[in-house]
Amino acid sequence: MEQLAVNNLSLVLAFALVLVAVFVSSKEKLGLSKDILYGIVRAVIQLSIIGYVLTYIFQLNNLVLTSAMSLFIVVNASWNAYKRNPSTQKNYWHSFSAIFISTYITLGILVLSGAIRFIPSQIVPISGMIASNSMVAIGLCYRSLNKQFHDQRQQVLEKLALGATIKLASLPILRESIKTGMQPTIDSAKTVGLVSLPGMMSGLMFAGVDPLHAIKYQIMVTFMLLSTTSLGSIIAGYHAYKNYFNHDLQLLDEEETE
Amino acid sequence: MPILTLENVSFESKQQKIIKNIDLSVEEGAFLTLTGPSGSGKSTLLKLIASLITPTDGKILFENQFQSSFQLTDYRQQVSYCFQQPALFGATVKDNLVFPFLVRDEEFNQEMVQEHLELVDLPTSFLDKKITEISGGEKQRVALIRNILFLPKILLLDEVTSGLDEKSKEIVLELIRLIHTKGVTVLKVTHDEIEIQEAEHIITIVKGEILNGTAGGE
Repeated sequence: MEQLAVNNLSLVLAFALVLVAVFVSSKEKLGLSKDILYGIVRAVIQLSIIGYVLTYIFQLNNLVLTSAMSLFIVVNASWNAYKRNPSTQKNYWHSFSAIFISTYITLGILVLSGAIRFIPSQIVPISGMIASNSMVAIGLCYRSLNKQFHDQRQQVLEKLALGATIKLASLPILRESIKTGMQPTIDSAKTVGLVSLPGMMSGLMFAGVDPLHAIKYQIMVTFMLLSTTSLGSIIAGYHAYKNYFNHDLQLLDEEETE
Repeated sequence: MPILTLENVSFESKQQKIIKNIDLSVEEGAFLTLTGPSGSGKSTLLKLIASLITPTDGKILFENQFQSSFQLTDYRQQVSYCFQQPALFGATVKDNLVFPFLVRDEEFNQEMVQEHLELVDLPTSFLDKKITEISGGEKQRVALIRNILFLPKILLLDEVTSGLDEKSKEIVLELIRLIHTKGVTVLKVTHDEIEIQEAEHIITIVKGEILNGTAGGE
């Protein structure tokens, strides 16, 4: 761990990097300076709090507390995925069930296969990685659904008029949206190691772990992200498309969904 | 026995009454032409009958049963609505003509589709045509085949000849006449003066109300 030299002073000095972003924003009149500073203040406060909380949870090594922390992450990720849905006919429980199921199926397989152990130092960060990726995938899936229901409104109406079920009328939109949710993970799986050295692998190497050992973890991470984004997108997509219809199998007015 | 009955049907959207207390009775096998100024509620009336929107007041009965009592997917296969300027879906014409089979969970019947393509003067090779490469008139013909591959009991036509070239228009009108001779009840919205002159039963709708109703639509 000798290589790790992030002390408080170096952190303060590294704050200069934030000032670079603020300078660019102000020079180019992007109007982001306040947002950058607000984001940074939030990040520092949130990370400091979570640092203390995790230290406590890791030391306690309690099954219930570890599970509660993991669930807390899932609940928050669900709330953020829910907020990313541009439709006004959204439902929090759709996002929650998608993230809950995708996270715990993936986590369950990792624990049962022995890839990770059910200890807080492994369960909490892995839950965070899985849930956050599922959250991003679901957000993309929601946005794609909304855009396509807008762009392909006439086609959906015509399919309904021909006697299609709402599922059959929405199927191409649903497939495209699930694909959109999964695509970033698939793309990043193709370039991992060639273009990017992802967070977990970099973190392990940063902490002095042998790169060959770090790679094994990264391969596991790639597997788990593929699983979670596909499960998350499918569950969320299959729930959310129904929000665009009413009980009479009619497509809702755009004003009712946007 | 009327195949379709509208009892005091109204439809309101954005606090505006688009259809006002319409009563209409349509006999089986009738051919009704609906006309009236733009924005008078003709398309809305067809969409109400097609169950694509629900009346805010009143009842719609099909074969003496309330519309709401039907499985709506089955109902729409029997009461088929063809849009003005339809949008084809998928990549090819075939994707569109496979759809009525998909809806009914049946195998695609190439022979049956070929017969229908011939009726509208389109070759079999047309099935592989990309939907982006066909004209408006050809699109309308393909759309109409989608509606009548499996004959519905009522065919609702929303200005299907509007904007078509003469050749396409004649083909479409001929097909509609043919479908009617097979016993299908037809309700057609049109602004075309010649079609109105040739119509037997005309219903004029103004500001959401029926001004007159002639025999067949009583």
